[in-house]
Amino acid sequence: MLLSMQDISKAFSGVAALRSASLTIAEGEVMALVGQNGAGKSTLIKILTGAYQRDSGLIRFVGEDVVFSTPAQSQAKGIATIYQEINLAPQRSVAENIYLSREPKTRLGLLDRRAMREGAAAVLKTFNLDIDVDLPVVRFSAATRQMIAIARAVTQKARLVIMDEPTSSLDEREVSILFETIRTLKKNGVAVLFIGHRLDELYEICDRITIMRDGQTVAQSSMREMPKMELVRHMLGKELAAFEAIARDAGNDETKPVRLSVEGVGSGVRVRDVSLTVREGEISGLAGLLGAGRTETARIIFGVDRLEKGSISIDRKERSYTEPADAIADGIGLVSEDRKIDGIIPDMSIRENMTLALLPKLKKAGIVDRARQQEIVARYIKALGVKCASPDQPIKELSGGNQQKVLLARWLCTDPRILIIDEPTRGIDIGAKAEILKLLRSLADEGLSVLMISSELEELLAAADRVTILSDGRSVAVLKRNELSETALLSAMAHQVN
Amino acid sequence: MTSMLKILSRPFVAKSSGDLARLGVIVALAGLILFGALRYDNFLSPFNILSFLRYNSMFALIALGMAFVIITGGIDLSVGGVAAMASVVAAYLSPYGWFPGLAGGMAAGLIAGSINGIIITRMRIQPFIATLAMMLAAYGTALLLANNQSVSVSYDTGFTTIGQDDFLGFPIPAWIAVLAYVLGWVFLERHPAGRHVLAIGDGEATANLMGLKVEKTLFAVYALSGLLAGLAGVILASQFGAGQPTEGVGWELFAIASVVVGGTLLTGGSGSVGATLAGALLLAMVFNILNFENGLGWISLSAYWQSVIRGAFLLIVVVLQAKLMNKTEAN
Repeated sequence: MLLSMQDISKAFSGVAALRSASLTIAEGEVMALVGQNGAGKSTLIKILTGAYQRDSGLIRFVGEDVVFSTPAQSQAKGIATIYQEINLAPQRSVAENIYLSREPKTRLGLLDRRAMREGAAAVLKTFNLDIDVDLPVVRFSAATRQMIAIARAVTQKARLVIMDEPTSSLDEREVSILFETIRTLKKNGVAVLFIGHRLDELYEICDRITIMRDGQTVAQSSMREMPKMELVRHMLGKELAAFEAIARDAGNDETKPVRLSVEGVGSGVRVRDVSLTVREGEISGLAGLLGAGRTETARIIFGVDRLEKGSISIDRKERSYTEPADAIADGIGLVSEDRKIDGIIPDMSIRENMTLALLPKLKKAGIVDRARQQEIVARYIKALGVKCASPDQPIKELSGGNQQKVLLARWLCTDPRILIIDEPTRGIDIGAKAEILKLLRSLADEGLSVLMISSELEELLAAADRVTILSDGRSVAVLKRNELSETALLSAMAHQVN
Repeated sequence: MTSMLKILSRPFVAKSSGDLARLGVIVALAGLILFGALRYDNFLSPFNILSFLRYNSMFALIALGMAFVIITGGIDLSVGGVAAMASVVAAYLSPYGWFPGLAGGMAAGLIAGSINGIIITRMRIQPFIATLAMMLAAYGTALLLANNQSVSVSYDTGFTTIGQDDFLGFPIPAWIAVLAYVLGWVFLERHPAGRHVLAIGDGEATANLMGLKVEKTLFAVYALSGLLAGLAGVILASQFGAGQPTEGVGWELFAIASVVVGGTLLTGGSGSVGATLAGALLLAMVFNILNFENGLGWISLSAYWQSVIRGAFLLIVVVLQAKLMNKTEAN
């Protein structure tokens, strides 16, 4: 084995990011590393490269135990990383970028520019790339820059090249060139760790696969022995015994009036053609693998991103918002995926966080009507069962589940018609998960239309009345409630990736 | 496969904005010289040329240090204050010989620059703030040392030779500046560490990931800027016969303007030693021509006008740079 990482654990301020994860790579092997957001892929990589330090576990590389405390140390041992946003000095020449920090020198200690130029041209030639190595790298396309970064890794005598989503900014033609390059690396005995989520690409280029979920390695096998269905199942996983299906009204869901209808919507490259419906009083699920365009679709509906094609109608009236404020005024709420980044304001109190979206309506003569604010906050804390010491407690002191409830309340008190909720139970412990889902269910029963974006199979199975499946920016299947099953969901996700 | 690679490997057509600006400053400098030579009788006289070079070498030196700082994406506002402080230190040491005067002034500059470097790299303070504080501290130190007045240098130890005499018919300050620029050019263009300065200006995080010693390099750049400011201070004291605690005001702006006019982007990552010299000469030439214009007797422009004209120059260059940048990006 070239690399073996065993029982690697890592926690950030008490929250486990990796729990006994493992990864092995043989020489000249292309290993796929896949997992949903938050599965621990990038933490594992950062520990390998020395950007993070492990709490426990063992790393062996080329037959010796290693501890890397900086990226420079792992580089010196032969581990090169090519990041998503390719790390080169844009205004420096191709040759300089290949040799930076290890420049060939003349006897006077100055740059041996001829050696640099010739060496750079020679190494690029092994990848069939014939370019003027004196030009700054900024003048080449993303794919060429990536090859320059790979050439740099080769001249560093890298034994292992880590590629973090290398195809995300490439078009089809460029991807095939990249794969040609990876095959050349392989031929020279260099191993590649390929982090990606486009299944077809993984099957095309990788020899083996490691699948991570919740900070653990859940599967390792050869690529050939891993059917797509199985792969997706491992990735999305089964967490404990699925929640008991949350009681739903029987039968008549297809007769309720349509509240939100999205037809052939597109914007940019992430969302190409998405159609979905949410009826009154139902929870409509939106599923798909990482990068399928789920969150981006929500952003279009909410007026964050511009609608470039297609149409959105609410209660049969066509709508198109230029900013979220318009969407909010029209009765739409959005609870975003990452509470920490664009949800909560950590140092503000529960009361302030909860009434943020309501403030415009709470004004009396230009100032906030404190009495009404307190009354509303007290009501929702009780209704949603937020566990807190007082409404004036800073929200950052609450648990994930309780923070999520406050965010839900933030939108509920604006009395919305439609609530879009992105990954409603991410980072919330299992007990609180079921509670949040029940809460959504009861809100739907009261007539609220919920669009629930989720990566978790159980969640969709337990709570959704219908599920729209996205792949590569397109809606590829809709499963109604009576068609919903784990197998149906998995096969819709796995097979439509083609 | 081969046809694909051809498309892939074709570079974008954009010419970098820095190259154009560098060409521009040389054309503008040549134009000004031509204008002066045609318009004024003594413009190209040995006397004018030599005194022009003697006086402006100080500014050229601090502009060189500033160029390295700006290439890393930083700024050094302390150079004027450091030069004033160094001139006082040099004046006090001049009775002990020309060398103690020279070395003392340069050491004072090096210490100030090193403190800048430590504060910026170790304490992660913005260069703007760190060097602003150093500017105030250096002026204060200069005034304290000099008791709020200029300090006469010794005329007996040869100290004044540094600033006032010629060597092979060429002013010594100009020799010093030429030597500094040649070394600076070799360092930036041909030495690995010089290329690292450029790469760090291109992106610190990236440079770090590529294994460059970012902190050490940044420290060295600020130390060098301080050293050159100290050297300029020594020349100042030697040339005018006194350490000048109140001189140096606005020198940092002159230096920054020279660097920017020379096509170096304030955002860092690109820059040229030669064009910085051209920029410094260009700005100094504006003042020289103004003197000649006054000498013709038709108009009488006060020295304050030079600031206005230099400011206008700077503004034009920066606006042109921004336009070229947008164009480059559009391509």
